[in-house]
Amino acid sequence: MHKLTEIRWHARAGQGAVTAAKVVAETALSAGKYMQAMPEYGPERMGAPIKAFTRISDGPIEIHNNIEFPDVVIVLDASLLEVVNCIEGLSEEGMVIVNTCSPAEEVKAALGVSASVQVACVDASGIAYDTIKRDIPNTPIVGAFCKVSDVIDVHTFKDLLARSLGKKFGPKMVDANHAAIDRAYEEVTLA
Amino acid sequence: MKWDISRVNVWGAEEFPHGAVIPEAGNSVYYKVSGWRSQRPCRDEEACTQCLLCWAYCPDSSVVVKNGEVVGFDYDHCKGCGICAVECPVNRKFGRSAIEMVSGGSDLPEPGLGDANGTPAGAAAAISEVG
Amino acid sequence: MVTQKTVATTGNLFVAEAIRQALPDVIPVYPITPQTTVVEEIAKFAANGRIDAEYVAVESEHSAMSAAIGASAAGVRVVTATASQGLALMWEELYIASGMRLPIVMFNANRALSAPINIHCDHSDIMGARDTGWLILFAETAQEAYDNTLVSFRIAEHPDVLLPVMTTADGFITTHTVDRADTLDDETARAFVGKYKPTHALLDFDNPVSHGAFAGLGGPYFEFKQQQRRAIDGSLGIIKEIIAEYSAISGRPFDVVEGWGMEDADVAIVVIGSTAGNVRHVARRLRAQGIKAGVLKIRVFRPFPTAGIRDALKGAKAVAVLDRSDSPGAEGGPLYFEVKSALYDLDHRVPVVNYVYGLGGSDVRTELIERVYKDLGDIASGAIGPFDMTYLGCR
Repeated sequence: MHKLTEIRWHARAGQGAVTAAKVVAETALSAGKYMQAMPEYGPERMGAPIKAFTRISDGPIEIHNNIEFPDVVIVLDASLLEVVNCIEGLSEEGMVIVNTCSPAEEVKAALGVSASVQVACVDASGIAYDTIKRDIPNTPIVGAFCKVSDVIDVHTFKDLLARSLGKKFGPKMVDANHAAIDRAYEEVTLA
Repeated sequence: MKWDISRVNVWGAEEFPHGAVIPEAGNSVYYKVSGWRSQRPCRDEEACTQCLLCWAYCPDSSVVVKNGEVVGFDYDHCKGCGICAVECPVNRKFGRSAIEMVSGGSDLPEPGLGDANGTPAGAAAAISEVG
Repeated sequence: MVTQKTVATTGNLFVAEAIRQALPDVIPVYPITPQTTVVEEIAKFAANGRIDAEYVAVESEHSAMSAAIGASAAGVRVVTATASQGLALMWEELYIASGMRLPIVMFNANRALSAPINIHCDHSDIMGARDTGWLILFAETAQEAYDNTLVSFRIAEHPDVLLPVMTTADGFITTHTVDRADTLDDETARAFVGKYKPTHALLDFDNPVSHGAFAGLGGPYFEFKQQQRRAIDGSLGIIKEIIAEYSAISGRPFDVVEGWGMEDADVAIVVIGSTAGNVRHVARRLRAQGIKAGVLKIRVFRPFPTAGIRDALKGAKAVAVLDRSDSPGAEGGPLYFEVKSALYDLDHRVPVVNYVYGLGGSDVRTELIERVYKDLGDIASGAIGPFDMTYLGCR
């Protein structure tokens, strides 16, 4: 069977998780992989907790349901850890990536996950403020994801972003996002 | 070309055009379709001013006009709606209008019983050919 | 030369792309979730001159189907799209479109019906239209939604078919998920779909015709209905030919019913739409454990491919039919009746059970499919007997 990676995104509506879920999928496609990306559709309210899903595989993906047993959980707003069971169904060999200033060890302890689960932390919002000048933590957190997993490659991701953002927002926005990705790639910590 | 439907009552499903399309335009002139008329229009030629309002208003093109003058009604197609009689203006000289609806209704055999050839009721008016 | 492009986008946008490539003349359409992005995309095509069609922004689905019927009778290629309540609002006219033998193509984003209000996937809307005389195609993936849409035009407009076709995809699951699919180049797609040659166009002034005749008591209504019935029955062979031609061009072979592992399956699940993938995903795992699991996916639901279904299921020891809609008060869901009656003429009895699942988008978890296969294993081994219809995964 083909290797299938299932990513579940937890965020607040407006943080760009749905876009991130799609961009990660598109990056996988440009590397020749099969992919799926979908949000969990419901009423749309800014700030409401939302979920989104990305599947990436070497072969065609047949399953279409929501992701119950993710390999990777990406949390774009650390306050959600208190409200939603973000790690529900997470595989023992899985990984959690959290947008937070707290050190990874601390978050890992707070989450109460097994030692085999990897927890990665990055201050994606802080980086976004510095570089993009707005709290849109989606591109930096994907940068961190590229570093701590081997599912998608950071250069492929940056190239894709340059093409898609470049068309819409011009080179300045591309540079700011690239800077955000690079910083997150460097600053992410793992426990 | 003339669409031959003389055997329509024995046609099987495949003999009808798709989707109940009638592939011949204006073929209602071939059929007497006045079967449900209960009153017929009657025109007093003397009182008629030849204003042609009846001809203009008739929904079934059943007012016959020749050389710009009304000469009568096509009773094979007139349904007896009475619009011509309502629209016909009062002739001041006679103090009445030229067209009135009179009893006499349909010229056709009474529908509902079927004709001698076994044509189903109701279909009789629609399919019997007049020439 | 056939060139294909691998694209990542939503099922709806793949459908819109197929519609654009088919060069429709008139598109009367009203937006409704989860079909809306198809309408948005087509409106964009029209506004940007990428499509040479009359885009009609009507005021309801009733009007959309009315305009579609009028335009199709006039003699041009017509396509529209809807979902759920919108399809329900079209109901009376669906019969008019098929009765008048108008080859309209309509995309339906399969969605639950109110009440309570729900915007998510099930097949209640489309199953409510199953007796309207339309041909109905189901897609498992965005790729299938794209392919089905292109072949729909050819099927509808075939001179021996001349019936409207609904090409469907599961709301949100297929319509809104970003998926990978290959699209044909415009030239190839257009050459495949070809030009529409109407037989009785209202706007053919050299050969004037009347549409909408009366065929009442004593008239040939009954004969017209038989004619329609024969056309839809006869369309199955034509659909297979058109699919074969399309498969040769696209390199994506498919069929009206598609079996997976059915050659030697002991336990088989019959399913339509996106859930077919989930079921195959589970069946693959069970095969790896030595369980002879099979999946039978029905891609063309109208005409119902009875013989193919009977043939595929005749060797199974237990069969489950998954219905994503119910027929309240009846023995089970609509797919169940039809599969079960297809098996009635076999010399031996194949036990068949029915699950109604996923109503209102209720998630089709892997564990639920595993449970169905386990039940089937128990029936096959004789541990339990067949049971009444079950609401799968309902609390």
